[in-house]
Amino acid sequence: MRLHEYQAKELFAAYGIPVQRGVVVDRAEGVAGLDLRYPVVLKAQVLVGGRGKAGGIQLASTPEEAQEKAARILGMEIRGERVRRLLVVEAAQIEREYYLAFVVDRSSRHLTLVASAEGGVDIEEVARRSPERIVKLSVDPSLGFHPFHGRQVGRRLGLSGTLLGQFAEVSCSLYRLACERDAELAEINPLALCDGRWLAVDAKLVVDDNARPRQPDLPADEETTELERMAREYDLSYVELDGDIAIIGNGAGLVMSTLDMVAHFGGRPANFLDVGGGASTEAMRRALDIALRKPGVRALFINIFGGITRCDDVARAIASSPARVPTSIRLTGTNEEEGRRILEQAGMFAFTDPEEAARRAVALARGS
Amino acid sequence: MAILIGEHTRVLVQGITGYQGEFHTARMLEFGTRVVAGVTPGKGGARVHGVPVFDTVEEAVEATGANASCVFVPARFAKDAALEAIAAGLDPVVVITEHIPVHDAIAVVDFARRRGVHVIGPNCPGITAPDRCKIGIMPSHLFRRGPVGLLSRSGTLTYEIVAGLTRAGIGQSTAVGMGGDPVVGMSFVELLELFEQDGETEAIVLVGEIGGAAEEEAARYIREHVRKPVVAYVAGRTAPPGKRMGHAGAVISGTEGTAQAKVEALQQAGVAVAELPTRVPELVARALGR
Repeated sequence: MRLHEYQAKELFAAYGIPVQRGVVVDRAEGVAGLDLRYPVVLKAQVLVGGRGKAGGIQLASTPEEAQEKAARILGMEIRGERVRRLLVVEAAQIEREYYLAFVVDRSSRHLTLVASAEGGVDIEEVARRSPERIVKLSVDPSLGFHPFHGRQVGRRLGLSGTLLGQFAEVSCSLYRLACERDAELAEINPLALCDGRWLAVDAKLVVDDNARPRQPDLPADEETTELERMAREYDLSYVELDGDIAIIGNGAGLVMSTLDMVAHFGGRPANFLDVGGGASTEAMRRALDIALRKPGVRALFINIFGGITRCDDVARAIASSPARVPTSIRLTGTNEEEGRRILEQAGMFAFTDPEEAARRAVALARGS
Repeated sequence: MAILIGEHTRVLVQGITGYQGEFHTARMLEFGTRVVAGVTPGKGGARVHGVPVFDTVEEAVEATGANASCVFVPARFAKDAALEAIAAGLDPVVVITEHIPVHDAIAVVDFARRRGVHVIGPNCPGITAPDRCKIGIMPSHLFRRGPVGLLSRSGTLTYEIVAGLTRAGIGQSTAVGMGGDPVVGMSFVELLELFEQDGETEAIVLVGEIGGAAEEEAARYIREHVRKPVVAYVAGRTAPPGKRMGHAGAVISGTEGTAQAKVEALQQAGVAVAELPTRVPELVARALGR
């Protein structure tokens, strides 16, 4: 789950990482009266990228200008996301921009520090153009990240004097935050040098969804649609797509391959829905409910390969909650015979072969 | 020979008294796996399907000579359980549990590396060597012993492909579900190395999915080190960018990690890539000269 900039900066401040003075507002009225030193920067709080280019970040020199621009940004939609909040901060005199992040690295299977003296831009672009400008340090989990690591990295970025020690402090704080708050990514871009001190001018924090139970004070997730949120409450993994064939399967890989099969035979999936490992009858009932709520769904394709999920549990749910659209079922794996028997008693049929079932689903959506 | 497990494997089930642990212990026993012990703290002295339950891994190992573990313990306690198994020297440690925080997985995998223990998972279906041993939750009836080594980031998709192979009369030496999380114990590269050395394995099937760079790393390794034929399938060709598809593993961000990039990297390494999972068996048959 990705946090808004202002939410991430609240955490930064709590961990002693310097951020600009600022206020979050959800309406333009009153912006002129904020107790801030001018000029100020108004920053749209959205989760999509590219807000600067879209006009979501603007400078204001006077309170009147700030209020007027705040009204404009708060009405904006940036790449489909409506701007509901604005972060107003005191503008900083930036001398130089750096990049600093800790990210879970799948290859090394460690938390890895990534830093560069070329901050403020897309770091992946820097990595492509001039990989020698990127400093990486894989953190040994049993050792942790210490100030000396921070100084090593700082030296490689060309830092010296008091700035070096302060950089080490900032990086240790960011590491501690990443570990204690279960971050998959904790990024400061740019980490700016202003008046001889460090300032986190932007903040990006992605928290591991699996860690939600032990991070109870996380803010509400705004990245998802209403159906996606509902699915999460049910512990189902649902992603809305724009087609007309609702898809339910068990296991992310299988569901993805189900989408691929439907597309291969000319159909358009309406969603991705993974009922997960060990799906119970109740979980499957909820999945059916959610998948069929989306308007414009013309057919349903259920693709279940039982492993930890038992076919009889799934069949019970399907048999007891008839779908409002024509349905193609594929059922095989653990307790398959019992599952088929339950479906047959309810007058339903299940394919064994996924390709046949996918073709059938596509045909059903076309009304044939 | 199979890789990582075999007739010598004596399995300990952690979380054996839970719903999944109990159910799949029965399935493993039916398969012929030597499940010799179970562990659930506080339930020592009980029996599950005739298997003795202990309070600690240490006691279980001492009493039964267990040498491998299967972890069904809920996510909150899974890190502790896996560390306990690694500390006791069990190998492999197969972690079935899903929703384990990634920082916990990092700690477990790091400790395993230090101790020279192979961790499979977390969030995985386990490992199966037909006719010899199964650790985990893969449906037993799908398998048949034969020449194909299979490694996969996905659970159910593994079953799909194994079932297809068996239907086509092609058996398996060992099938490994590596797990779908961003941080897992064993990588494609480590498993490819084992399959390349394994005398029973004549062809390798690699099942990947969008997200990360594991398939690209596998492609580089295959080009330089693997002589056996490799067939692959990559799930998620039609997934929209920037959306998370179920596992933490399956997210594409930007250009890196797309199915297309992975398919191209694999093809350049001489791997035959199937367009649909159902098309894998015919490519394997061709690779085996059948």
